[in-house]
Amino acid sequence: MADITLRVNGAACTGSPEARKTLADFLRDDLNLTGTHLGCEHGVCGACTVIVDGRAVRSCLMLAVQAAGSEVTTIEGLAPDGGLGTVQQAMWDSHSFQCGFCTPGMVMQAVAFLGDHPDADERQIREALSGNICRCTGYQSIIDGVLLAAERSASPDPAAPPNASPDPAPPNREH
Amino acid sequence: MKLPPVDYEAPRTVSEAVELLAEHEDDASVLAGGQSLIPLLALRLARPAVLIDINGVTELSGVSAADGCVAIGAMTREYVAEESGTVTDDVPLLAAALPLIGHEAIRSRGTVGGSLAHADPAAELPAVARALDAEFVVRGPSGERVIPAAEWFEGYLTTSRRPDELLTEVRFPAAGPGTGVSFQEVARRHGDFAIVGLAASLTLSEGAISDARLAFAGLSDVPVRAGDAEDLLVGETPSAELFEEAARRATDDIDPPADLHGSADYRKKAAAALVRRSLRAAADNAGERQ
Repeated sequence: MADITLRVNGAACTGSPEARKTLADFLRDDLNLTGTHLGCEHGVCGACTVIVDGRAVRSCLMLAVQAAGSEVTTIEGLAPDGGLGTVQQAMWDSHSFQCGFCTPGMVMQAVAFLGDHPDADERQIREALSGNICRCTGYQSIIDGVLLAAERSASPDPAAPPNASPDPAPPNREH
Repeated sequence: MKLPPVDYEAPRTVSEAVELLAEHEDDASVLAGGQSLIPLLALRLARPAVLIDINGVTELSGVSAADGCVAIGAMTREYVAEESGTVTDDVPLLAAALPLIGHEAIRSRGTVGGSLAHADPAAELPAVARALDAEFVVRGPSGERVIPAAEWFEGYLTTSRRPDELLTEVRFPAAGPGTGVSFQEVARRHGDFAIVGLAASLTLSEGAISDARLAFAGLSDVPVRAGDAEDLLVGETPSAELFEEAARRATDDIDPPADLHGSADYRKKAAAALVRRSLRAAADNAGERQ
């Protein structure tokens, strides 16, 4: 057991996870942030993707103790007021998902990628999301949603729903 | 919990890490990016007594160019190497291979040294290191030694690193003028390990090939150089016929594994196609580096 302090969705958190506890389990079990989904638990499906220090990472492939001192953003942190972030709203409007299991991972990967590549085209978006598996949709509706989010970020629509809050800018990266 | 019980050490310096390795030897696993080791733990294929987490050893991260070499610290994350101008300019073959590793989120954590120390024969970086004759710097209790790539890869997930040694740095020779490169692979899905991959580098001088390097991923338990094809290419002028003959020589004697992803015969044919394609691409972009 080690005491760790980190920031999750902007708030300071502490915990004493066992060394073998993954960041995903820590978020879900210790912090009750069950929006982060666990599919394969060995880094293949992408459902558990969260943003750590500005980069999308698989939270099942990182130990909780390794997140000490980091800034973590989960799906719960995209629109703290209970609304939807830009990417979430665009995916909602595009009917991107069916069952919803892959949703948090897809959204976090898309938010991280668009944060770094606001002008991404369809090919780049497809490549960026290629590590996230969806078993329902055939992906086209997901790509449509991310493209719509990119479009809306480039030229904010004054008629956009008032609850679409901008996604947080990626914090400083480690180098 | 998914992972087996394990003790955990987080050294802050290379010396501390080496002391811990000397203490625990084979009972320890070094945790770098964790993108291969944590799945092995999750599947309980690895059961180390202690994890030595080197993520806090800051001296192990960084890319620097000196003496015709680019030195990459073992903990340098793959996305950092991918974004490094030094890597793009001086080790174009590595720059070509990096984006093919896993996916964005994997490269956020995965490290150059971790992939090379894990030594999966189907992975991209081992083939690049073998093609370029990279040098592996390891530190143990009795000091540092430098191991050439030809001696680094000993077998499936096995290197010549001793249990009390830590991989600290990998040195790639900088590409000279007239060098063209290509990294190509056949995989079922984007981001998968290669069924067959090929790292290729050609140097042209006054229209003739002065240096040729070909290393396959996925054809054996270690990355494999195609020495016969390289010998054929040197001194010749690039042509479709030459590359066809090189593909034949590179794949004549190989005995690739057969599995769910491809039969031995399929791998052989794919390997020959990759030789033709890669040589053509490398010859085409050789002119861009003067």
